[in-house]
Amino acid sequence: MAMSVGEIERLIREAIPDAEVTIKDMAGDGDHYAAMVVSSAFKGKTRVQQHQMVYDALKGRMGGQLHALSLQTAAKK
Amino acid sequence: MSNVSQRIQNDINTNDVVLYMKGTPVFPRCGFSSAVVQILTELRVSFKAVDVLVDPEIRQGIKEFSNWPTIPQLYVKGEFVGGSDIVREMFDQGELKSFLETRGVRLQAA
Repeated sequence: MAMSVGEIERLIREAIPDAEVTIKDMAGDGDHYAAMVVSSAFKGKTRVQQHQMVYDALKGRMGGQLHALSLQTAAKK
Repeated sequence: MSNVSQRIQNDINTNDVVLYMKGTPVFPRCGFSSAVVQILTELRVSFKAVDVLVDPEIRQGIKEFSNWPTIPQLYVKGEFVGGSDIVREMFDQGELKSFLETRGVRLQAA
C-alpha cells in the first residue's frame, strides 16, 4: 500500500518539472510523509491551488494509497 | 447540482464556519481532524462540525465538491480555506485569526 519517497518525488517532478521536492519519512513506516515543494509554477496561486497542483501530480493516490502526506508549498523566488 | 453537493452548499451557506472531519470535536477519530479542532478551539471560534464517518455520501461528496482529496476540510463563509496543513500554517503564521476577522467571523471573548 505504502509509497516510496522516490515514487512520490518522481510523480511530483513529472507534473511540475522545476519543483524542488524535500520529503521526510515522519514515522519510518513508509506511510507518513511530510513534503516541502518549491516551484515557480506556484507564483500567483493561492495555497489551496498550490496544494491542488501537487495532489493532481499524485494522480488520485492522495487520500487513498497515500494516507498521510503533510504538505507545505512555496513559490520559487 | 447533485443532492449531496446541495446539502454541502446549504451547510456552508448557513454556517459561518464549517469543519468536515472524522469523528466529533470531543472524540476526533483522526489526528489531522483533531489538530484543526484544537486550533479552532484555541481561537475560540464556534463552528459546525460534520462527521464524515457517519455519512459516506458526504465523505465522498465533499472531496468532489472542493476538488480536495482529504479530510478535514475547513470552510469559512462559504469559502474553502484548506485542509489541516494549510490551517496549521495559517495559524502558525498568525494569519488565521485575522483571516477570520476580515471575513466577519465573531471570535468569543477570552
